[in-house]
Amino acid sequence: MTTATPVTTTPPLVADKLSASKIAKKRLSSPWASLAAIVLAVLWTLPTFGLLVSSFRPERAIKTTGWWTFFSNPTLTLDNYRGVFGEDGGVNLAAFFVNSLIICIPSVLIPLSLAALAAYAFAWMNFPGKNVLFLIVFSLQIVPLQVTLIPLLEIFVNVKLTGTFWTLWLSHSTFALPLAIYLLHNFMKEIPSGLIEAARVDGAGHVSIFFKVMLPLLTPALAAFGIFQFLWVWNDLLVALVFAGGGDEVAPITLQLANLSGTRGTAWQLLSAGAFVSIIVPVTVFLLLQRYFVRGLLAGSVKG
Amino acid sequence: MFNTASTTPEKILQMLAALLLFAAVMGVILFIAGRFGGKKGDRIVAYLYLLPVMLLLAVGLVYPGLRTIYQSFFDAAGDAFIGLDNYGTIFTDPDQLTVLRNTVFWVVLTPFVATAIGLVYAILVDKSRFESFAKTMIFLPMSISFVAASVIWKFMYEYRPDQGNVKQIGLINQVIVWLGGKPVQLLIESPLNTFLLIIVMIWIQAGFAMTILSAAIKAIPDDIIEAARLDGVNAWSMFRKITLPSVQPTVVVVLTTIGIGTLKVFDIVRTMTGGNFNTSVVANEFYRQTFNADNQGLGAALATLLFLLVIPIVWYNIRSLRQSEAR
Amino acid sequence: MFGQPTNPRIRAALAGTLSAGLIFGIAACGGSDDSDDAAGTDASASAIDCAPYTKFGDIKGKTVSIYTGIVTPEDKPHIDSYKPFETCTGATIKYEGDKSFETQILVRARAGNPPDLAIVPQPGLVKQLVTTGKAVPAPEEVGANVDKFWDKAWKGYTTIDGKFYGAPLGASVKSLVWYSPSEFKDSGYTVPTTLAELQTLTDKMVTDGKKPWCAGIASGDATGWPITDWMEDFMLRTAGPEKYDDWVNHKIPFNGPEATTALDAVGGYLKNDKYVNGGLGDVKSIATTTFQDAGLPIVDGNTCSLHRQASFYAANFVKGTKVAEDGDVFAFYLPGPDANTKPVLGAGEFVVAFADRPEVKSFQTYLSSDTWANTKAKLSSGWVTANKGLDPNNLTNPIDKLAGTILLDPKATFRFDGSDQMPAAVGSDAFWKQSTAWITGQDTATTLNNIEKAWPK
Repeated sequence: MTTATPVTTTPPLVADKLSASKIAKKRLSSPWASLAAIVLAVLWTLPTFGLLVSSFRPERAIKTTGWWTFFSNPTLTLDNYRGVFGEDGGVNLAAFFVNSLIICIPSVLIPLSLAALAAYAFAWMNFPGKNVLFLIVFSLQIVPLQVTLIPLLEIFVNVKLTGTFWTLWLSHSTFALPLAIYLLHNFMKEIPSGLIEAARVDGAGHVSIFFKVMLPLLTPALAAFGIFQFLWVWNDLLVALVFAGGGDEVAPITLQLANLSGTRGTAWQLLSAGAFVSIIVPVTVFLLLQRYFVRGLLAGSVKG
Repeated sequence: MFNTASTTPEKILQMLAALLLFAAVMGVILFIAGRFGGKKGDRIVAYLYLLPVMLLLAVGLVYPGLRTIYQSFFDAAGDAFIGLDNYGTIFTDPDQLTVLRNTVFWVVLTPFVATAIGLVYAILVDKSRFESFAKTMIFLPMSISFVAASVIWKFMYEYRPDQGNVKQIGLINQVIVWLGGKPVQLLIESPLNTFLLIIVMIWIQAGFAMTILSAAIKAIPDDIIEAARLDGVNAWSMFRKITLPSVQPTVVVVLTTIGIGTLKVFDIVRTMTGGNFNTSVVANEFYRQTFNADNQGLGAALATLLFLLVIPIVWYNIRSLRQSEAR
Repeated sequence: MFGQPTNPRIRAALAGTLSAGLIFGIAACGGSDDSDDAAGTDASASAIDCAPYTKFGDIKGKTVSIYTGIVTPEDKPHIDSYKPFETCTGATIKYEGDKSFETQILVRARAGNPPDLAIVPQPGLVKQLVTTGKAVPAPEEVGANVDKFWDKAWKGYTTIDGKFYGAPLGASVKSLVWYSPSEFKDSGYTVPTTLAELQTLTDKMVTDGKKPWCAGIASGDATGWPITDWMEDFMLRTAGPEKYDDWVNHKIPFNGPEATTALDAVGGYLKNDKYVNGGLGDVKSIATTTFQDAGLPIVDGNTCSLHRQASFYAANFVKGTKVAEDGDVFAFYLPGPDANTKPVLGAGEFVVAFADRPEVKSFQTYLSSDTWANTKAKLSSGWVTANKGLDPNNLTNPIDKLAGTILLDPKATFRFDGSDQMPAAVGSDAFWKQSTAWITGQDTATTLNNIEKAWPK
């Protein structure tokens, strides 16, 4: 991905950047920093690790002994995972998996694009009511999902969209907007006005500026929000249940995993395996989008 | 195209159709916007850019929000107008004071601790060799559904008595026993239980803070850092004088977002204690009244209370915005 | 124009699909060879008399949706039991199982998007659904079936304002005490036939050095519901069925002397730290032990001996546990005040309709018939019904046979679970919450007063 900046870097800065990052690497690989980071990482992962271990233990062991005893007394089983995939060996799960993907992709792309436009307007344009509107938009984050269920479902029933993916795409996009606009607005404001001015001087209109200046510099922000939106839609159950009904045609994978523990929640050991099956995709997305966190947002574009 | 799709190819086609439709709408907006230039044109372009967003928000969030506030003045079934009675119930019930107290704990502790940990961690692993892997470790809790998270923490907080052959299955009580103590019923002791539940939320939200702040740290121009290095600042000064001020706007954003998210979260309380033992928060009470007790009016009043509780957070944002503009 | 933001996401999605596909592939190769709990005869092979269901008209090719809270693995016997109907009428039944059924059905009904049929596990919820105005009274044929196959009381549970809305489906027996047959044999205990004998048995176990009872009420936001069952069982036994009905219908106050006696009787067991909480801790541990885990110590043999819980608890034991009179664990009827008085607390589910199309009416009639009950029994393990047309020999599982025998006993006085009939503010909120506070120390009087206060005016 190329960073398209209309402003050129001055050569000496580039050379110095190299030595600076060398120094930085040396500095940050100080043993204390590494130790602190490792301690934090271990603490954070410990609970999840417990679940991972439990997912390979038989039901009886899970219910009577702690997961750490696995190391002194290992009893391994794949039963929990088999329970997740069901008797047909995962064919059914594959269909739900497809549903989840189909729900997620537009639900990420649509709000991202709409929010980018709106955030640009809030960040770089002047118009009456700008501040008030912005406050309203980001305050809307407080509206709990549950109060929108019945009003929105009534509307969807009236326009006969229930049971289709459209209800999910529309709802997920709407719910994502306040946070998306708020986040993107913040990153957009960080872009130095000098760049915008220079582009305007070159005769670029808003559309041009948006695509040639803003978007490339916004990539880490877009990636950051993209990760979370994907994650939240992927793990969502409530919106799918309410707006798409319970039909198998639109049910996401979360429904299957939630139902795993059985009608009265007796088989909760299956949840441990189910959780890990469900994690794979969001973590993959996270890792794939990490590359957009590597480059500097304003790499070499600062003018004194 | 607007019907239920039943086969995979049909579904994919429907999705592509939706994306194309959306692209077309965007294209139209941008095309029209491109026709307006100059200062006067700014206004029209801005409103155009905001149009789809405002439409969706008005229907999807503003309308339900207003409807909720309206409902809060009615009774349980939503038929009879009872004025401020629901609010009276909220503020005179002795249990509710505990609920409010708990909510304050949640909203104060979670954002600050999660953001602090996220920020420190992002700085620690920035530009290191295992950065992606390291960040994934902190990110993992965010990618787990709440249902799974409650199973995970069940294995941390569970209590078993210290008798006979009975073994501990919760890690914390096991550690207590290894250290020679007696196991504690962690989730019954108030207010300890509230703090233990808050820890779960911090555990989850730190990943969010870390990811956003990591993006912000990457935005700090390298030459500023380099110049400071050449001046010989140590790590702590670097943090205080360069890093922190540069990411301050983003810190505000992260604190705000986590704060608002915390106000709304009830899943943790609901699945781990059901709101019993003095652990309930306003969002949990809202859910309880609306869905368990079927009291639509009181539930709506509690939701409205949530709307009001966001005001301090909004005010904090306005203040920060003004301060940053003054700089 | 959208090249830049689109690509990374598509790439990520593709990569995600690939990795997930890998995982599925690996796991699927493992395959599943566990045989299911459900005893299985292929129901589609057995032909049934179609006449009662075709009189509604030709419903070939039509679909009926049925929405329930019954998910895997119990849903399979249900789905299979519909096959004879589908075969003979040509209609298709679309089954939707959802764990959050109880909240979602209200949302869907209120917003105008209800299913055709719903399996509702509480009369109180049936009332709420009727209030939304979207529920449709049951057809005459269903009413006739209910008159024929069920005790009078069952019809009353879903008759609102004189109109009958829902035929009963399955049932469960709650007046049961789980125990270990081998422990009883080894220690010389006998199954008690009166409440007094139960008390004696408990005391005997204490002198033998045990903490006889184990209990657990944790259940997410429903924490506390097992205590409501305890109290209702004792209400039946200390105040009698008529007073029980008055109490449930709020003709006598919730916090009256009868209720106080009942709750204190429960406290005699659950709040006595000599009796509880076997293998799990002290009295307070009842509040944090999940209801699923609470009865498990019985199987271990020497930590807990008695666990009061419904017939559906059988599914909680670890796979491989033999639930039978001569097995690892079994249940006996929670005795009445004397050997001839047999009050039975139980629960059940009802089929409520939101549409009156011919195919919906036809399917409703099938579900209320003895044909369905017997078909279902042959396919299920861990299921029973109060349908008198059921031949108990079709029940495959010893605990089902026990429950079935108790339900169909002409000397038994059946009463439906009280909290399931009370208004939501009490039955799915205050009663649970106050019970939880009660077990962790709140006194009986305050508990009952608080619940009485919550009763809607």
